[in-house]
Amino acid sequence: MKALRKLLDNIKPHVEKGGKFHALHAGFDAVETLFYVPNTVTKKGAHIRDAIDLKRTMFVVVIALIPTLLFGMWNIGHQHFLSIGEAAEGTMFDFFLFGFIKMLPLIIVSYVVGLGLEIIFAQSRGHEVNEGFFVSGMLIPLIVPIDTPLWMVAIAVAFAVIIGKEVFGGTGMNIWNPALIARAFLFFAYPSDMSGDKIWVEGLSDLSVVADGFSGATPLAVMAAEAGETVTNFASGIGNWSIMELIIGSYPGSIGETSVIAIGIGALILLFTGVGSWKVMFSTVAGGLAMGFLFNVLAPADHVFMNMPAYFHLIIGGFAFGAVFMATDPVSATQTSTGKYIYGFLIGVIAVIIRVFNPAYPEGMMLSILLLNTFAPLIDFYVVQGNIKRRLKRIKVNA
Amino acid sequence: MTKVVKLKKGLNINIKGKAVNELVDSSKSNLYAIMPTEFPGIIPKLLVKPDHVVKAGTPLFFNKHNPEVKFTSPVSGKVIAVERGARRKILRIVVEADAELQYEDFKKGDLSSLKREDVVDTLLNSGVWPFIRQRPYAIIANSKDTPKAIFISGFDNAPIAPDYNFILKDQLDEFQNGVNALAKLTEGKIHLNLDGEKENIFSSINGVEVNQFFGKHPSSTIGTQISHVDPINKGEIVWYVNPQDVVIIGKLFSKGIYDAKRILALTGSQVNAPKYYNTMVGAKMETIAKDNVNEDNSRYITGNVLTGTQTEKDLFLSFYDSQVSVIPEGNYYEFFGWIMPRFNKFSMSKTYFSWLMPKKEYALDTNTNGGERAFVMTEQYEKVVPMDIYPVELLKACMAEDIDKMENLGIYEVAEEDLALCDYVCTSKTEAQETIRKGIDLMIKELS
Repeated sequence: MKALRKLLDNIKPHVEKGGKFHALHAGFDAVETLFYVPNTVTKKGAHIRDAIDLKRTMFVVVIALIPTLLFGMWNIGHQHFLSIGEAAEGTMFDFFLFGFIKMLPLIIVSYVVGLGLEIIFAQSRGHEVNEGFFVSGMLIPLIVPIDTPLWMVAIAVAFAVIIGKEVFGGTGMNIWNPALIARAFLFFAYPSDMSGDKIWVEGLSDLSVVADGFSGATPLAVMAAEAGETVTNFASGIGNWSIMELIIGSYPGSIGETSVIAIGIGALILLFTGVGSWKVMFSTVAGGLAMGFLFNVLAPADHVFMNMPAYFHLIIGGFAFGAVFMATDPVSATQTSTGKYIYGFLIGVIAVIIRVFNPAYPEGMMLSILLLNTFAPLIDFYVVQGNIKRRLKRIKVNA
Repeated sequence: MTKVVKLKKGLNINIKGKAVNELVDSSKSNLYAIMPTEFPGIIPKLLVKPDHVVKAGTPLFFNKHNPEVKFTSPVSGKVIAVERGARRKILRIVVEADAELQYEDFKKGDLSSLKREDVVDTLLNSGVWPFIRQRPYAIIANSKDTPKAIFISGFDNAPIAPDYNFILKDQLDEFQNGVNALAKLTEGKIHLNLDGEKENIFSSINGVEVNQFFGKHPSSTIGTQISHVDPINKGEIVWYVNPQDVVIIGKLFSKGIYDAKRILALTGSQVNAPKYYNTMVGAKMETIAKDNVNEDNSRYITGNVLTGTQTEKDLFLSFYDSQVSVIPEGNYYEFFGWIMPRFNKFSMSKTYFSWLMPKKEYALDTNTNGGERAFVMTEQYEKVVPMDIYPVELLKACMAEDIDKMENLGIYEVAEEDLALCDYVCTSKTEAQETIRKGIDLMIKELS
């Protein structure tokens, strides 16, 4: 530890202003502050400061993502072995190892490309590297299909960092959730690689013989395809999956989105530490359920999706993941307390509407969150106007 | 009508080094100073030069913008220096005190018969007036205004703050005199705001409206109290006075002198034996800090650790504060500090374990605990500002210098101390107090 400090202290003069390697100072800062909390002291304002900083905040989110990551790795293997009909032979460890090997390149590409760009921007702008990408870099691999080519991930990450974030001024200034920008970019730029029933299971598109009865379709795709047919018995689940399987998450889908249990563990971590806003999570779920119930009431008998029990929306597709990890992004969400309820509720409502009525893209969560990101400043504006009106009213009462 | 105000928002920070209820005399100081820089918006015009002989209450300088407001010497003796900083800005006027203090004579008088103008004149001439400040803006009150109310916060729950129940226990008569004098200045009420959770000594005080406040800091700041008792609207003015300064006002009318005596708490984890000292406005820090402070890498702060001003051991005590805090500097590197459990750190968030130990006292230092970042986390400021105000929006309006918006969002109701905890809790290490003062300065400039 001492030796490391000494090494850093020796390098420091060379990367500071006037030093030979000043061009590398952002990278040096990033490494130094990774190992050491800096020795800066308060110069103005309050003399003492809370122990929390952005690094720790973001780190908590990464920890909260780990259950979904681990489950996602297992599920990659599980689905793959199911597709080749060897699921019975594989152990849990085999599944996990397979998933781990497939998943690792995605994570590495995401972090290398993203952090590389962040450091370049920090250098040219003269500020410190912001920790925001700690989280985005983990979120992006978790919300793509496992078969996404690495070069596509690299381009999507670059797009998200540059167009989604840095053009606005970097972390804290962006309008949309960068991870969702990456996902939306992939979806609209390479639609053929991002949709269909083959992409959700590793190797399925290249497989000549698929195991009997196996389909790579996601539950949402199954639901969308069944529109117009007679109502199925939802008590037994959707397609081949029982309700229990839907909750556990052992079905095809984006890597991190399937398991409500793993996401729930993450949600508990975020809620307990207060890093994620319970107002957003709660109201998003409430919005989704409310819209689901409304559809149940209004549904014509032959509309399968509208008749699906409301709580199914929470356990299939990316709804839970979006509500816990995406909608709660404090930068792109509303900032006011009242605004958070409205924002979350509308995300839930619109996600369910898109799911049910837009067969071209069965997953509504991404579009719904991006849409509400766009409207978040407007919601805040009206909440703040309310405060201003209250204050003006006070004058009138006194006058 | 007594108001009972219960506040849910706020944060109490438990720091080591609260003063015990023990009062001692400070060691003798022969140097005293008045620092014009302590009074925001004042341009000092000197009335004395080095070698001038002054009494306690003799004017040293006045405010160029408002010549009525004079600042007087707390002691009698000889002016020995006018210290200046960059661009010849006057930093302090230092007076060498006589062994036996001589006082300027001010009109002593029966307060019941004095008129408002007489009271104002005496306050202005004696240099006691600057103890009366106003909201909006937290600046010295303008004698031409009539405030709609006067507020006295009878308690302080900032970190390791002094206990006014202890400080004022033998000075209640003079406190009452001070209240009587203040009553002449307003047609409205005098609000005395007390900590509802404690026994208070002020029950004998007449002529005040007692309000009980329950809740965490900043429930003791004037801005918070005003907003819950009698909120300020555009064009309205409220005055406020610190409890110890009410005593100084009281003595001015009962004895006819400017008696700058003050009891001051020396607090903080770097203090060997935190306790109270009998001292005076503008005395040397050394006289109380001598032999009782661990000098090793310490920071001296006049006032509390949230709103106070950094100072040095060989400088002087401030005009308004009843507290000096001495805490360790945080100029060290901490290996993987951001990832460690760090049981010795206090945090509002539950990413640390301080929520498990609500009674534990921490020796917090001045480390920023992380670098400055763009603003990311939301609803943190709102948790520590118990007013109907959107602090983030207000601060943004201040940064954008948007006068209309600042006015609409409540700039008249706040000052640095009300938002000091925002500085503390901010994950991105943003400076809220500095921003709000800049906003206030802009308001004063544009609207005067």
